Amino acid sequence: MTTIDAGLVFPERTEHRATYLNAAHTVRSWALTTDHKRIGVMYLVSTTLALMLGGVFALVLRIEHLTPGPTIMDSYTYARMFTMHGVVMVWVFMIPSIPAAFGNFLLPIMLGAKDVAFPRLNLLSYYIYVVGAAWVLIALWMGGCDTGWTFYAPYSTQSPSAVVPTVFGIFILGWSTILTGLNFIVTTHTMRARGVTWMRMPLFVWAMYATSIIQVLATPVLALSLCIVGIDHWFDWGLFDPVRGGDPVLYQHLFWFYSHPAVYIMILPAMGVISEIVPTFSHKNPASYKAIVYSSIGIAFVGFGTWGHHMFVAGISLFDAAAFGVLSMLVAIFSAIKVFTWVLTMKRGSIVLKTPLVYFFAFLFLFVFGGMTGVAVATQSLDVHWHDTYFVVAHFHFVMVGGTLTAWLAALHYWFPKITGRMYSERWGLLGATIIFAGFFLTFFPQFLLGNAGMPRRYYDYDPRFQTLHVISTVGSWALGGGMAMTLTYLLVAVFAGERAPANPWGSRSYEWYVESPPPKENFASEPNFPLGPYDYDVPPEPLRV
Amino acid sequence: MNDLLRTLLALPLQASTYARAVDTLHYVVIGVTMAGATFVFLLALYFLVRHRQKVPGEITARIVTSASHEAFIAGSILALFLAFWVVGSIQYDHMMTPPDDAMPVYVSGKQWMWKFAYADGRETMDELVVPIHKPIKLVMTSRDVIHSFYVPAFRMKHDVVPGRYYTAWFEATVAGDFPIECAEYCGISHSRMLGTVRVLGDEDYRRWLDDSRLRSATAAGGGEADLAVLGRTVAAERACFNCHTFDGQPHIGPTWARLYESRVPLTDGRTIVADEAYLTRSMMDPQVEVVAGFKPVMPSYRGLLPEPEVAALVEFIRSLRNAPFAPTVDLPRVAPLSSGRPQEPRP
Repeated sequence: MTTIDAGLVFPERTEHRATYLNAAHTVRSWALTTDHKRIGVMYLVSTTLALMLGGVFALVLRIEHLTPGPTIMDSYTYARMFTMHGVVMVWVFMIPSIPAAFGNFLLPIMLGAKDVAFPRLNLLSYYIYVVGAAWVLIALWMGGCDTGWTFYAPYSTQSPSAVVPTVFGIFILGWSTILTGLNFIVTTHTMRARGVTWMRMPLFVWAMYATSIIQVLATPVLALSLCIVGIDHWFDWGLFDPVRGGDPVLYQHLFWFYSHPAVYIMILPAMGVISEIVPTFSHKNPASYKAIVYSSIGIAFVGFGTWGHHMFVAGISLFDAAAFGVLSMLVAIFSAIKVFTWVLTMKRGSIVLKTPLVYFFAFLFLFVFGGMTGVAVATQSLDVHWHDTYFVVAHFHFVMVGGTLTAWLAALHYWFPKITGRMYSERWGLLGATIIFAGFFLTFFPQFLLGNAGMPRRYYDYDPRFQTLHVISTVGSWALGGGMAMTLTYLLVAVFAGERAPANPWGSRSYEWYVESPPPKENFASEPNFPLGPYDYDVPPEPLRV
Repeated sequence: MNDLLRTLLALPLQASTYARAVDTLHYVVIGVTMAGATFVFLLALYFLVRHRQKVPGEITARIVTSASHEAFIAGSILALFLAFWVVGSIQYDHMMTPPDDAMPVYVSGKQWMWKFAYADGRETMDELVVPIHKPIKLVMTSRDVIHSFYVPAFRMKHDVVPGRYYTAWFEATVAGDFPIECAEYCGISHSRMLGTVRVLGDEDYRRWLDDSRLRSATAAGGGEADLAVLGRTVAAERACFNCHTFDGQPHIGPTWARLYESRVPLTDGRTIVADEAYLTRSMMDPQVEVVAGFKPVMPSYRGLLPEPEVAALVEFIRSLRNAPFAPTVDLPRVAPLSSGRPQEPRP
């Protein structure tokens, strides 16, 4: 165990220490808890279940594509399944995955606080999430929705499937997102301990802060547009029906005004995780703290001006297309700055390769590769051919799965000792990361070629000449699914049977590693005074001053 | 080189005038960005090996990249991306702006078929027949939900939206059959909403014209001029002349003489070019873009005019683009009927 200083300067672990986990054991003590750590764990369990559900949908969809024409289901089932895959993955898993689970657990500790600013609101937002997720499940039980996760009008207002319960579920989930975002913003402003100034906050906090801004500003617009779709579908008001003066293209503007920033709700937290992992395992300060901070804020704001790049062939003017094109290029720059900063952070570091860092390398490869294909589809003339093809499917899976899911796995391994108080098996961790990376690449790389060849997305049936690439993609999905199942299994085993974790197994200077693993219920006995900044690797570590 | 890259990337044949340029930009964007991605990844791997931990607990120097260094990296990437954007914008403008001499074809999508109406009144289903080396302008709308007209071999795609008339264009450079696909999810048979563009050589196209003209019920005798004659009949039957003239006199509605492709001011202050799309929109949603100086009194003809009649009317208006104006006579402006609406069109 390469613990450089855990035993020396950080708190000793005693056998019968009170932790947030053993503070109480009743169901009620979990169900009515206002402890941000327990709420974070409940989110982690719930979102992981959602990931498994969405993952099963994905595997079944891939099996359907083994042959052109019907393989195991009819086209209506196929359409409902790709829609529910998208809905579950985007709203029930990915949006809350890192902020609501890891953000809740870590944000107060990283600020030296006892809890978030509004602990009861925090519990409420969890239950709102549960109710929203339940509505999505009810929609599923009612047969699911077949419009695609984008709910484009006027199809969504006429579809015979369960559109209303699905959009209602997402509407409710949105409230949970807004409340969590609000809570994090207030917490960051008001709960910082002595000495934790804005420029001495861990970068993960900055990522959460930027994400929260988007959540609070963008989600109401989604709620509005989905409300209109629901009303239109239920009462036939014809709000997007051109015969009655409605405009279907207006819906797309409203939807993407939320859903493009939502992409940053999904990727910014992932970038925050990476910004923690790279300095920790390099044992070095970030090459530029400010560059990472300002690019997070830049993404949060410029991200609001790029939605039109989803509509280059939907009939927008040449001027609009040019404006959305150039803004999209600008937002890509912020991501590029982050990537260069992470890589330069490793220069002249003292790098230890552990599973979370392996996931960083997977992230680096997949996210940069996927992000660059995003530059290709943001170039207006190229988007004309590649829009709505498998190229786009591959692009956003590279960013969302190769980026966010990989960072989620990195976070899961990195903070596993802190959350559970146990160590996972490093050997299994490396094996899992390798299988997942290979499986992912095999699944999604062929989809770029399918898109190039002109295969539109959401096609149940396809031309037989596409079959080879589809079969490779499906085989890759089995490796990806198998790797995920293996990883979740060994982590679950480690929760109960893993080696006991020290307070700071990675030798990090970030604030959450000053508290024991798992942390006590109150996080800190009194308001902490962190002796060093979160990335001060140029001086020997010091114990917490209280 | 082009063929090698095209095969490597599994791209279809380049069968339109702009396909080659689009692909070239794609090669550059993908090539440069992939090289960049590989460089970054290899650099990280190099640092991993070069700066691996030698002694547990070692202290590392505090190194902060200078702001000018960062600005240089960010600036050069931005310059590169902006170059993509400039070339992409120029190409996009070209791809979205039909040339003046383009031959119009009316496209309507519905679940789950494509219908094409040609300027001489013929119609085809799921098969678009066009001559080679001639720009074709598609005036597209949908009867139900959003579809998207996609011809991979032409690198051409445009959404087909109910209530809107969009124009798109292409000029085929290779004779043969090319698949049309619907690219916007439109219901359970979305993946079967397929068609074919049949690009014919000049000789074959003439033969097809002769052949299909025999089978055509709508076209009076064939030919572009005849369609304009048909359009005049349609205009008379549909009572268009109650409000519109074709000799330059403004009436309850604007005159059709010299209207086609002219710039007309609207009541909301905008100026618009009266192209096929605008003229068609004005028949279907006449209250939306009203010409300045006129009252919004025209009823909608949506669902009343079959595609060939729309095509014929537009063709008639087009034939008047150089019409001589009659000497202006100061007639009293005819007030609308007391109901504020002119005679309803016959269904």
